[in-house]
Amino acid sequence: MLRIRGSARGWRRATALTFLACPAAVGAALMLASPVSAAADGSDTTTSTVADGADAAGLGVVGTIEIVKADGSKSPIAGVVISVVGAGEATTAEDGSFRIPVPAPGDYEVELDVATLPDGVGLKAPDRNPLATTVSQDGDKRVIFPLIEGDTVVTTESSVSARRFFQLTLEGLKLGLYLAMAAIGLSLIFGTTGLVNFAHAELVSFGALMTYFFNFYGLAGVIGFLAPLPGPFGDGVNFIFATILGMLSGGVLGWAMNRWVFRPARHSGVSLLAQMLMTIGGSILLRYVFVYLFTGKFRTYRDYSAQRASTFLGLELTQKDMVAMSVSVVVLLVVGWVLLRTRTGRAMRAVSDNKDLAEASGIDVERVISQVWIFGAALAALSGAFFGFEQVKWDLGFRILLLVFAAVTLGGLGTAFGALVGALIVGVAINLSTLVIDSELKNMVALLVLVVALMVRPQGILGRRERIG
Amino acid sequence: MDWGFILERTLSAMIGPEVVVYALAAVGLNVHFGYTGLMNFGQVGFMAAGAYGMGITVFWFGWSFWVGLLFTFVYGAVLALILGLPTLRLRADYLSLVTIAASETIRIVARSRVMKPVTGGAEGIDAFAKPFYDLSPFELGDFYRLGPFKFLGRDVWMLVVGWIVLVAVTLLVSQLMKSPWGRALRAIREDEDAARALGKNAYSYKMQSLMLGGLIGALAGLLQVIQKASVQADTFNPVITFTIWAILIIGGPGRVWSPIVGSMIYWTIIVFVENTLRQLPAGTRTNLESWINLSDFNIGMLRFILVGLGLLLLARYRPQGIFGSREEMALDRR
Repeated sequence: MLRIRGSARGWRRATALTFLACPAAVGAALMLASPVSAAADGSDTTTSTVADGADAAGLGVVGTIEIVKADGSKSPIAGVVISVVGAGEATTAEDGSFRIPVPAPGDYEVELDVATLPDGVGLKAPDRNPLATTVSQDGDKRVIFPLIEGDTVVTTESSVSARRFFQLTLEGLKLGLYLAMAAIGLSLIFGTTGLVNFAHAELVSFGALMTYFFNFYGLAGVIGFLAPLPGPFGDGVNFIFATILGMLSGGVLGWAMNRWVFRPARHSGVSLLAQMLMTIGGSILLRYVFVYLFTGKFRTYRDYSAQRASTFLGLELTQKDMVAMSVSVVVLLVVGWVLLRTRTGRAMRAVSDNKDLAEASGIDVERVISQVWIFGAALAALSGAFFGFEQVKWDLGFRILLLVFAAVTLGGLGTAFGALVGALIVGVAINLSTLVIDSELKNMVALLVLVVALMVRPQGILGRRERIG
Repeated sequence: MDWGFILERTLSAMIGPEVVVYALAAVGLNVHFGYTGLMNFGQVGFMAAGAYGMGITVFWFGWSFWVGLLFTFVYGAVLALILGLPTLRLRADYLSLVTIAASETIRIVARSRVMKPVTGGAEGIDAFAKPFYDLSPFELGDFYRLGPFKFLGRDVWMLVVGWIVLVAVTLLVSQLMKSPWGRALRAIREDEDAARALGKNAYSYKMQSLMLGGLIGALAGLLQVIQKASVQADTFNPVITFTIWAILIIGGPGRVWSPIVGSMIYWTIIVFVENTLRQLPAGTRTNLESWINLSDFNIGMLRFILVGLGLLLLARYRPQGIFGSREEMALDRR
């Protein structure tokens, strides 16, 4: 049994702060509709649904192949062959432009045939060819192949693979850190309530979407269009503040889901399996409300979107990712500290460990569950904000749900530290797998991890036997 | 507003191809969940397995449609084995994790460029269903009318075969569930430990149930691709699984006719709502578009919002379904 001591004041303050943001977030969610509607005019003419992936006539991958000379002038290159795997190919016109129609929205790989480039012109980033890209149902997707004068640099084989190995490990760690923040919440909610929260993915998406919203429309969107607000409030706040606001909104959503949906369900004796179905229903509801408000387009944050990767010890990483990774590490350390050292954290672990015993020792279990929802949802939102660096999309969370499940199962359902370990392993394993398998299939590795973990050690690395039942 | 048109669409949707496909998939899910208590969150994966069992056989191996029919079942059964082996000994939620993960992975692998020679990649596979439509006694291109219903000849043929298959499978399942085997399944659903104590091999029974339901799901997938005449990875979206769940719960899990009733109710509502919204007078339509952003695309999305909301509310307030009885309700266990 754990001893509970220390102060809960810090936590109370955080909770109070979260509550303050509650009306804010609701307002924001409502306002999300207005800016989007303007953007949607005229572009949303397709009647297809995402699920049917059906007829999306007029979608394509477009671009212009041109080289930027040293003096800054651009000259287009004709006759370059570009192909979209699974759709077709095209040759660039006199003005360097090309367009390749694709059958349906989705992920595609675009490849530039290097052999068709004129002599003395090469790709600036040969490792970004073929280029993975996503075509949404809203229209053509523009891709860019930056060119340089000089031939495409092909580094020698051995150094490439050694460098690639470390580069992939680094990216794996990045993925693992972001995943961990999403996974801890899922694991803790499972631990305290026995519920696998399938809507956790939507908490991740929510974080990204709210961060995007605050980044672009700022607090004005929340307070209303009452008066043009000055400076940082008026039109979009800096990404860092936006992330914090996004996290707060995430916490509020988590709190609300528990307070108004799952707590009443628990109290009126709805079985766990039915609650699981409720989380599925909530997940679909939220996901499609997101696409309703946000459209199927993907977007990028206003700040730091076009950052170049900088090289560090031969490894490439953008500055924002460096910062985000460091923040993740700090956040995870703080989470660890909270769980191990504070009264609230100990209560959380105690409830996860043995609910009845915890209740008998005087812990207010409902209160702890509420805190776990806030805490887990805010972490998921932060993870979503970071995942949004690549692209902010309505189903961003759902795309990583499989990875989160694999991480949580591998680490041991219900254990916070297990989720952390599992997430790091899954993140690195997935990225390293691209050394041998096609990168399109890398998420398959997560399923493999999930299945193998269940066969070999179903309780997970840090879990205990009696949970798996 | 053209109420006649809306009515015609809605009535036709009540017995249309989607009803058959979704009802059949829900029969499979009913075997899993309604009778055995298995939380299969990846029924669309079984549908995809069935579809690609046909598609790959014709497209990649170059064999005939009829061999493909056989492989539809082989693929469904193999998928059930793969998913069941690691999870059926564990608590119920592990199956749900693995099935939802597997169904999405199948979709991603099938549409990937590496698998293009085998599955046709993102473009998918077409031109495999000809032998089926060659057998049609109806003129494929003509419209047929029967009372309020109006369908193309090819759909009439698909519907005739589909409804026969659907009713046959439903009756088969109903007979199976009355047999000692079916009673053992329900015993496992009610109390696995008790069933085990009576000497029933619960693991084996659950595996058989997963395979049977999976095969029925595969058959549903096959019907779907025959109707669309193309196998497209992206049509096997995870949200379809939960549409099937919603259908099953509307009808009431663990009841013989609930998948069919649920599917008819679901499609009637959806088609009615969508067509009504699309047929609104221009002025109202424009207003709605500016107030609540009700574009054509968003009307399509409403269906899934309704599915989500419906699942949430049904699971919360009426898990036994609209017509179900609480006694037949696996959801109330544990």
